[in-house]
Amino acid sequence: MTVRSAVDLSVDLGFLRLKNPVLAASGTFGYGPEFEPFLDPGRLGGFVVKGLHFDPRPGNPPPRLAETPSGLINAVGLQGVGVASFCEKTLPRLRGYKTAVIVNVCGADTEEYVRVVEYLDGHEGIAAYELNISCPNVKAGGACPAQSPAATRKVVAAVKKRSRRPVITKLSPNVTDVAAVAAAAEEAGTDAVSLVNTFLAMAVDVETRRPKVANVYGGLSGPAIRPIALRMVHQTASRVRIPVIGLGGIATASDALEFLIAGARAVQVGTAGLVDPRAALDIIDGLEEYCRRHSLQRLSEICGTIDVR
Amino acid sequence: MRLDPTAKITNKERWGGYHLLILESPDIAREAVPGQFLMIRVAYGSRPLLRRPFGVHSRSDGSLGIFFKIEGEGTNLLAGKNPGETLDLIGPLGKGFNLGLGEEGEAHSGAPALVVGGGRGIAPLAFLAAEMRKNGRTVKILYGGRSRTDIPLKDRLKAEGGDLVCATDDGSFGFSGLVTDLLDKEIQKSPASAVYACGPEPMLETVNRIAAAAGLPCELSLEARMGCGFGACWGCVRRIRKNGAESWVKICEDGPVFSGGDVVWTVKG
Repeated sequence: MTVRSAVDLSVDLGFLRLKNPVLAASGTFGYGPEFEPFLDPGRLGGFVVKGLHFDPRPGNPPPRLAETPSGLINAVGLQGVGVASFCEKTLPRLRGYKTAVIVNVCGADTEEYVRVVEYLDGHEGIAAYELNISCPNVKAGGACPAQSPAATRKVVAAVKKRSRRPVITKLSPNVTDVAAVAAAAEEAGTDAVSLVNTFLAMAVDVETRRPKVANVYGGLSGPAIRPIALRMVHQTASRVRIPVIGLGGIATASDALEFLIAGARAVQVGTAGLVDPRAALDIIDGLEEYCRRHSLQRLSEICGTIDVR
Repeated sequence: MRLDPTAKITNKERWGGYHLLILESPDIAREAVPGQFLMIRVAYGSRPLLRRPFGVHSRSDGSLGIFFKIEGEGTNLLAGKNPGETLDLIGPLGKGFNLGLGEEGEAHSGAPALVVGGGRGIAPLAFLAAEMRKNGRTVKILYGGRSRTDIPLKDRLKAEGGDLVCATDDGSFGFSGLVTDLLDKEIQKSPASAVYACGPEPMLETVNRIAAAAGLPCELSLEARMGCGFGACWGCVRRIRKNGAESWVKICEDGPVFSGGDVVWTVKG
């Protein structure tokens, strides 16, 4: 009989300790209970609840999805139940999960982000907020804060001033210099950044000559974006001192390791979980196996160890 | 609802582009009710990336049947699978048909339930008809397609002992015309208790109009590209009227079967 020594998969984000670095990504994990038939949420490092605006949101008309080579374009339009319904109907159930519950916060303007955070601050059972700064801002002609360092700084500072919980700022890849936006968020006091959100994309039905999603453009996710996401995570981790959470097409333990080695402190699994709802668990098992194979006692030892000589 | 990563294919039949696969998955088979569907992973790796939804077509002894037509990359790959291979399934998903629809009204008691399938839309209706008959309900199946090659299950459905009327657009078999014209004719001819339908969108809209005009309750099984099939991604919505208010409702979770009167066909604004 061989005695297997325990591998420590936990990661310390400074403001939050995760039992392992694998989180389920916002927008692909519903509000959480949708995955109960498939997995024990307590095995995850955590999960990020689908983006919440203050009020319920109707979302976009269908079709909302288009499949592309190794990718998925979505234009759901952040349909959602709003904070009051979430706190009343869903959050009590999530409190029973033995994992970090992170809530993705949306806003049509800075005031809405603050209102959402203040409302959520009044309820227990949330470990941190993830600011979705890729929401179109109604007062800025539809531009989202993530598109400029200045706008990012403004919304992050406003939220940080009021929030009693740690704030992770989720960055958009649809910018020239994502590390500059990350640096702006860091200056404004964000506790961490997560990246990348989806890439603005398009697909056309050549028979009807219509766009495949009714919104014309949508966000591309899935393995197709992974190498670009990884490059952006590496650039960002090289620039900021706060923890970086990497995501973008991660489907296997090897994918997750690429992000961790490139500088991410934790990762999120999104689209892969829609296809295989147990993907995050398989990734966690694979990370443990990797540690054994490389005689690592702590997985966190590999974070940022990429050798670029 | 559960995941079965190793459902074994035990049988396969083919009629031109139409395929029937029998999958051994006892737990999912036990739970499935007519109208529910499975999400099937047609390939490992990421091409194609998403699972594909298939209505449960039949059930016997711990196995489930799916009936489909090759229409794209996913169905093409699935058609290439053979007995002995396994498939990764999630199911049963969604809300199924109300098997007692229209039985409450005394005026209609004893009259058959009309089950209207267009092309591969027959898939979930065969299971529905079989279960209703098991419950002692009289069922008449109206099965339509473009041509006789598009109604490949006609002999089998007939052999299962049911009342079956076929329609082909080109008149190559049975009633010459659309299955909706056949429905209209049947309703004029003899009483019915309810209408159930699955098929192309224009067909469903017409079925719903005919049923409503005849004062018959109607349930429709809708389709959409789905991301997950279990309510997490909000990708497969349809405009549905609930308690007087319209909203985008998830087909995978609140459907795929909806009451015909609740479906909004033309969305304003």
